[in-house]
Amino acid sequence: MAALWRRPERLLGAAGLCRTARALSGKSEYDLLVIGGGSGGLACAEEAAQFGRKVAVLDYVEPSPQGTKWGLGGTCVNVGCIPKKLMHQAALLGSALKDAQHYGWNISQPVQHTWSVMAQAVQNYVKSLNWGHRVQLQDKKVKYFNIKGSFSDPHTIRGLTKAGKETFITAEKIVIATGGRPKYPMHIAGALEYGITSDDLFWLKESPGKTLVVGASYVSLECAGFLTGIGLDTTVMMRSIPLRGFDQQMSSLVTEHMESYGTKFLKKCIPTKVEKLESNKLQVTWQNTDLGTEETDSFDTVMWAVGRVPDTKTLNLETVGVKTNSETGKIVVDASEATSVPHIYAVGDITEGRPELTPTAIAAGKLLARRLFGQSSELMDYDNVPTTVFTPLEYGCVGLSEEEAVQCYGSDNIEVYHAYYKPLEFTVAERDATQCYMKMVCLREREQRILGLHFIGPNAGEVIQGFALGIKCGATYPQLMKTIGIHPTCAEEITKLHITKRSGLDATVTGC
Amino acid sequence: VAKATPPANLTSGNAQKLQEGTCKLQKLLEMNGHMQVPHSYDFDLIVIGGGSGGLAAAKEAAKYDKKVMVLDFVTPTPLGTSWGLGGTCVNVGCIPKKLMHQAALLGQALQDSRKFGWQFTEEVKHNWMAMTESVQNYIGSLNWGYRVALREKKVTYENAYGEFVRPHTVKATNKRGIEKLYTAKRFLIATGERPRYLGIPGDKEYCISSDDLFSLPYCPGKTLVVGASYVALECAGFLAGLGLDVTVMVRSILLRGFDQDIANKIGEYMEEHGINFIKQFVPIKVEQIEEGTPGRLKVTAQSTVGDQIIEGEYNTVLLAIGRDACTRKIGLDKVGVKINEKTGKIPVNDEEQTNVPYIYAIGDILQDKLELTPVAIQAGRLLVQRLYAGATIKCDYVNVPTTVFTPLEYGACGYSEESAVEKFGEENIEVYHSYFWPLEWTVPSRDNNKCYAKIICNIQDNERVIGFHVLGPNAGEVTQGFAAAIKCGMTKAQLDNTIGIHPVCAEIFTTLSVTKRSG
Repeated sequence: MAALWRRPERLLGAAGLCRTARALSGKSEYDLLVIGGGSGGLACAEEAAQFGRKVAVLDYVEPSPQGTKWGLGGTCVNVGCIPKKLMHQAALLGSALKDAQHYGWNISQPVQHTWSVMAQAVQNYVKSLNWGHRVQLQDKKVKYFNIKGSFSDPHTIRGLTKAGKETFITAEKIVIATGGRPKYPMHIAGALEYGITSDDLFWLKESPGKTLVVGASYVSLECAGFLTGIGLDTTVMMRSIPLRGFDQQMSSLVTEHMESYGTKFLKKCIPTKVEKLESNKLQVTWQNTDLGTEETDSFDTVMWAVGRVPDTKTLNLETVGVKTNSETGKIVVDASEATSVPHIYAVGDITEGRPELTPTAIAAGKLLARRLFGQSSELMDYDNVPTTVFTPLEYGCVGLSEEEAVQCYGSDNIEVYHAYYKPLEFTVAERDATQCYMKMVCLREREQRILGLHFIGPNAGEVIQGFALGIKCGATYPQLMKTIGIHPTCAEEITKLHITKRSGLDATVTGC
Repeated sequence: VAKATPPANLTSGNAQKLQEGTCKLQKLLEMNGHMQVPHSYDFDLIVIGGGSGGLAAAKEAAKYDKKVMVLDFVTPTPLGTSWGLGGTCVNVGCIPKKLMHQAALLGQALQDSRKFGWQFTEEVKHNWMAMTESVQNYIGSLNWGYRVALREKKVTYENAYGEFVRPHTVKATNKRGIEKLYTAKRFLIATGERPRYLGIPGDKEYCISSDDLFSLPYCPGKTLVVGASYVALECAGFLAGLGLDVTVMVRSILLRGFDQDIANKIGEYMEEHGINFIKQFVPIKVEQIEEGTPGRLKVTAQSTVGDQIIEGEYNTVLLAIGRDACTRKIGLDKVGVKINEKTGKIPVNDEEQTNVPYIYAIGDILQDKLELTPVAIQAGRLLVQRLYAGATIKCDYVNVPTTVFTPLEYGACGYSEESAVEKFGEENIEVYHSYFWPLEWTVPSRDNNKCYAKIICNIQDNERVIGFHVLGPNAGEVTQGFAAAIKCGMTKAQLDNTIGIHPVCAEIFTTLSVTKRSG
């Protein structure tokens, strides 16, 4: 084992003659240096340390234009999955309070929500996670630097502390995992000055009040969803389609449900400017491209959720020759997460063409560390990655969307089984289940292998996870039909899917 | 023979005429010797019992143009409770229990919601009658739905008690005692089970069972639940969740037949959430102290390990000590169908056929089979497809997933740890496990490290997953997909290669790395 490890070092030693700090000692300080302490970076660093390697992580949060910043752990922990699911939960509990009255709980009105109580609780939890990550790095003997890193040569990172102090760190191998940040529409007057993004929302101390969320990404819909759920007047402004990249039938159901749940939608509208009124309200002007009119309204908060951009600009990638996609700015990597420079790798949201999901970044980071230091050759499999959108009615999916399946195999060669169902809990609560829907996209040939599964309803992520595994195991439609349902759950309806779209029959589930 | 399937847009009157016409045609053909008529029966199939399995089978048979009858009759409980069409699941099982479990979960949600910023008055009381009425209204709509479905599918339904009187013949006795005889070529017994009583003084007079609880016209108050079956623990769980003072009296172990490691964790959680457990005691006498809704009862119980006698006072005593198959009063002796004399259950072959070839049985009354609604439905449908549609697929009773709706829900599929050890030997199985803390519970900062995930792998078979166990919120929703994956032969390696969905509870199964062996 030792011999195998020595070989690459010798090779790299020969190649790295003209390095700065490294040239002086002839050897790098670290076996691995990870830039970016988010899900992928931390997973990679910790895994590498398990192999007894000397590992360092650089993490530095550039404050948002509104001045928001946070601790170690990256997007997911601080301004992504964790706070958003907790705030989504707050909204679900709001629905639970309404449901509870149908179930015999006497709750006297008024019921009110206080943002600051929720925000404080969420932020405290996030801070505990920041601390947990610090402790974990320490336990695993990974050196942590709260500095901003950029390449000064292929093996050397120049770090800048908050106070502006400069340090140089050298490493044999470097992993870039700096993630992405929300995009600002810089061409819109007032956008940067008055608008916030998801980087700020979760850290607001006071309620955002009447909010305009611009964009139709999952970030946009999730945020608009929970803001509506906690009782705020919320509007989504979208230019074209919701949830681009997701199955469009499902996406429409998701937004349809949101509309019935109280979120307002300004469709086919493009914002043109944001101004601050004397009342401190923000006046937004937009173009309604459908009607060709200009419209305005005032809001307390304007949040941009128009996409995310990779955090690569400050890395000085050009000097070392790490190639990026000129359009997206993302780093081009091969199947082994290697960049165009052999000893420099990248994982997570910063990589071109990869899903922007925490669990994929974690898995990719771990597998990379194992390949680099643990004699493994296993590559990350980016196929059939399941995911969930935490809109008020959740949407979980794995595999191909119907559109993708049609595109890949042709509509004659796929069979779509679908059903509208009603969760048992909705009955007594007198909740509308119009958008509770699922569909399974299969190949039409005899085996009927499952290509994609889509589910809208409560706990969609919990439902989809196991099926994602089944699909990984090559599940076919007949195998799924042989699986006995768990009664009464929503997930059991998946094992009972029998109406094809092709048949045109009513897909409403009736009775047990 | 021409089929008499009316187009969907025909009015029922027209459809009936059409069918009458077809019948005449059929008779004509028969007279002319074009059809072989072995014997003339009133029906192709008579189903005794209108529960999940029976109804599914009847509706399926009607699809193949068979003449089908369903006999369903609910014998009232000792306290007089009875209900409509649909059987245990709909009326006194899965449906009301999950709804009342949901009511209890919402009670927890009320507490959590304050931590998430919701404000409302300090005191929130639960109104038993309001809940029960809503639940019963929903059940009423399901009963009605079944009636309509049978009518639409042209299944003859009689609200009458069916019992065999001679081969191929049943007597149907309705509520008013009017008897009718019906003959059929085949019979399907799907009478299910009813709660067992203790056989002690005062049990039938003063105790209730799950058959009474879900429609109880008053709040049960301080309740003693006798038994440790899943019915007992589920009921105790939601009653406590609604704010009642609940005690569970357990003779020996919790959740017999389920993974015991998990069963004990469920018990611990319930104890921590205010449910009292009296272990190793059995009631020997129940007396009424005071009549009322609820009244007051005195329960005397004896230790199972010594002579100790204890007494306790409760408003309600709920018996959940097991269920007995409804097979002893349906004339099986008249037609020679064998039952297990001890359990009352009916042994069948792998095609749900009893020892009498033209009589079949499905559901909870089967010996050594699972007592689950979806199993009964599946068995009934597949049986009918084999009988009338030339199908060959048999019901697969292996790796059936299930869930227990205790306050901390439990989902399982495949082997329990004990049974895996017994079957494969401890050295041949690897158990991976982990505690987890649902994200939603962090903010209210409750129940850390109570949720638990465990899988059992067969080392000899590529670490194939042979047992799946999860203790946590939405356990049933989590388990279903994994059950499908187990059906597809999932291995530990495949589990590890699956990407998690973040942040959900189910993702824990994609990152299990600690073995029980390692300590």
